[in-house]
Amino acid sequence: MTTLTKSKRRPVTAADVAAIVWAAGVFLGSLALAVFGIYTLVGAGGYQAIILGAVLLIVGGLLIVRYARLLMAIITERDMVRARKTARLDLIQLFLLFMLAIVLFPVLWIVSMSLDPRDLSRPTGLTIIPPGATLDAYKTVLTQPSANPVSFLQLLRNSLLVSGGTALGAIIVGTSAAYAFSRLKFPIRRLGMLGFVLVLMIPPGGTLAPLFVLLNTVKLRTTLWGLAIAFTSSALPFAIWNMKGFIDALPYDLEEAAQIDGCNRTQSFIRVILPLAVPGMAVTGLWGFLTGWSEFILSWTFLVDPERFTLPMVLRGMVGQYASGTPWSQFSAMAIVMSIPPIIIFFLLQKYLVSGLAVGGVKG
Amino acid sequence: MTALDTSAPTGSSAGFFKRLRKQYPNAGLAYIYILPAFIVMAFITFYPIGYQLWMSVTDFQLKHLREMNPDYVGIGNFVDVLVKGLPVPNYDFGRILVFNLLWTFINVFLHVAIGILVAVALNTEDLPGKKIYRSLFVIPWALPSLVAGMIWGNMWHDKFGAINLMLQQIGLRGDIRWLLDTKPFIDLPQIGLVLPLSFIAVLIANVWLGWPFMMVIATGALQSIPTELYEAAEVDGATRWQQFWRITLPLLRPAMVPAVMIGIMMTFNQFNIIYFVTGGGPLGLTEILVTQGFKLVNPQGWYGVASAFNIIVFIILGIITLITNRISRATEPYYA
Repeated sequence: MTTLTKSKRRPVTAADVAAIVWAAGVFLGSLALAVFGIYTLVGAGGYQAIILGAVLLIVGGLLIVRYARLLMAIITERDMVRARKTARLDLIQLFLLFMLAIVLFPVLWIVSMSLDPRDLSRPTGLTIIPPGATLDAYKTVLTQPSANPVSFLQLLRNSLLVSGGTALGAIIVGTSAAYAFSRLKFPIRRLGMLGFVLVLMIPPGGTLAPLFVLLNTVKLRTTLWGLAIAFTSSALPFAIWNMKGFIDALPYDLEEAAQIDGCNRTQSFIRVILPLAVPGMAVTGLWGFLTGWSEFILSWTFLVDPERFTLPMVLRGMVGQYASGTPWSQFSAMAIVMSIPPIIIFFLLQKYLVSGLAVGGVKG
Repeated sequence: MTALDTSAPTGSSAGFFKRLRKQYPNAGLAYIYILPAFIVMAFITFYPIGYQLWMSVTDFQLKHLREMNPDYVGIGNFVDVLVKGLPVPNYDFGRILVFNLLWTFINVFLHVAIGILVAVALNTEDLPGKKIYRSLFVIPWALPSLVAGMIWGNMWHDKFGAINLMLQQIGLRGDIRWLLDTKPFIDLPQIGLVLPLSFIAVLIANVWLGWPFMMVIATGALQSIPTELYEAAEVDGATRWQQFWRITLPLLRPAMVPAVMIGIMMTFNQFNIIYFVTGGGPLGLTEILVTQGFKLVNPQGWYGVASAFNIIVFIILGIITLITNRISRATEPYYA
């Protein structure tokens, strides 16, 4: 309340004038929006115009109410604080909506393509739901995803096995190494840490030929386990780095207390550090999962048996599969189906995302 | 004994080990913890690197994969890669390297700038819909990069891509040959900057993909900035603009520096986007080192040359990382 009374007596500043102009402008604009919405609704041709008109009307209406109340407050109480706050909030909202549109544009585009029955023919305009929309592409993708007689479930199982194996490997091996790098003193620690990070810099596909030979000799090349091990290796640098940062940020006192109570290092690692490190491990696992999920260079080169193909390989195979071009509807349907598991996992781990990415815990 | 040890640091080897054990009582345990990681890396990473060193001094080709009997060619491959050039179309190591560096820094700058901007916007008090935004904004990150690359490659298509269709919809010409136009779009040969339109296309695709990661990091760091700082600044009469530059940015720095390092490495080797959006074209003008290296193996089968190429790339990235690591000190232990 005190700030309100103060602001009443304050001289009007340029920011206040801007806020008033903004409020009046938005009020008039939203009136126009609502009128245009009604106009579209009345002269409606087709369901798309109806939806558009309704949306415009609702948005316009909401803005009219919001800004009418604001203008009242400005006129009757000269409440400039509220005016500036509203202007700021709505500008931010506008910016975020713009970003959202950019983020969702490609997503809506492939959803639209996946529903398009014309498949190879060229889309001629932008519509969210194309004329004659059908789920046929999804049906094709789920029953006969590639030219090989391999079911979608088999492909999904392969991909999950490889990605899950990578995630698990990254968590177990990475956390254990990270603990040593974070909490134990030993010679060549810095060098060792750098050595692991160096691997992030190996060009993907750079070790293709040696790996081919190596995995061939141990008879793992054409198996999914071989792939999972190879991907674990490329996920490890991030895993170690992230987990080290995360363990760094955990209070050392807890572990010390456990040691005073008679735990040895390994016991305190398992009983104290591991439970606290769950968010970090979740994100590390997510990273490993994503690594395995969209990798295709090694799988494309190593796997020969279609029974063991992964989803990215099939998606890749669709582009330029036929002389006539790519079956874009099926490609889009496949891309969407393939994106669902990582997105689900992302949302499940959302609460860990912010706390589990330890880069914030590393002291600069 | 202890007095003897400290007074004679260059004593016998037994004394050396004793001192080592005293200084590092947990070293043995540490090695056990690291062992699994080391085994995986040794076989899947360090061994192939060593193998690659050998391959890089041979004329190893596809046919040698069975027999393993390539001829020794010395540093010939390195000379070919760096100086004499390779018989692939539009090959120019220097140009690709400069482009690769430019690509990396422009990208990471934009990722960080947009990521912080959105994170700060989302940190506004009383803003409705925050949770929805935060959930939806991670979609580009959650999407497999291979899928993202292929979608953007399709969207930029000059005849039936979404971008041109959208331009047509709003009444523009919409027949821009985004990925095929060889005319320089950015034409500043004085500073060595000649880039085609496809650079813009692939840059937009990768920025779309890359900023959410930075947003998540910045969001986490923003939440750890105590609000009292802003209240104090407000009392002292600081504007929001001043608060952003004097409080928010400096306190975000510790979190952003390691994220930037990861970002630099991921972007420098961003295979999926370049390969699936432009394929390095037109005329190899948007080729980066990893895509060029992959092409040496995949259609060409020149394993020896590709190894030399990859070793050079590895060294370049190593130098970049050492420099950034010096800046960030991310490998420094927290509890010594």
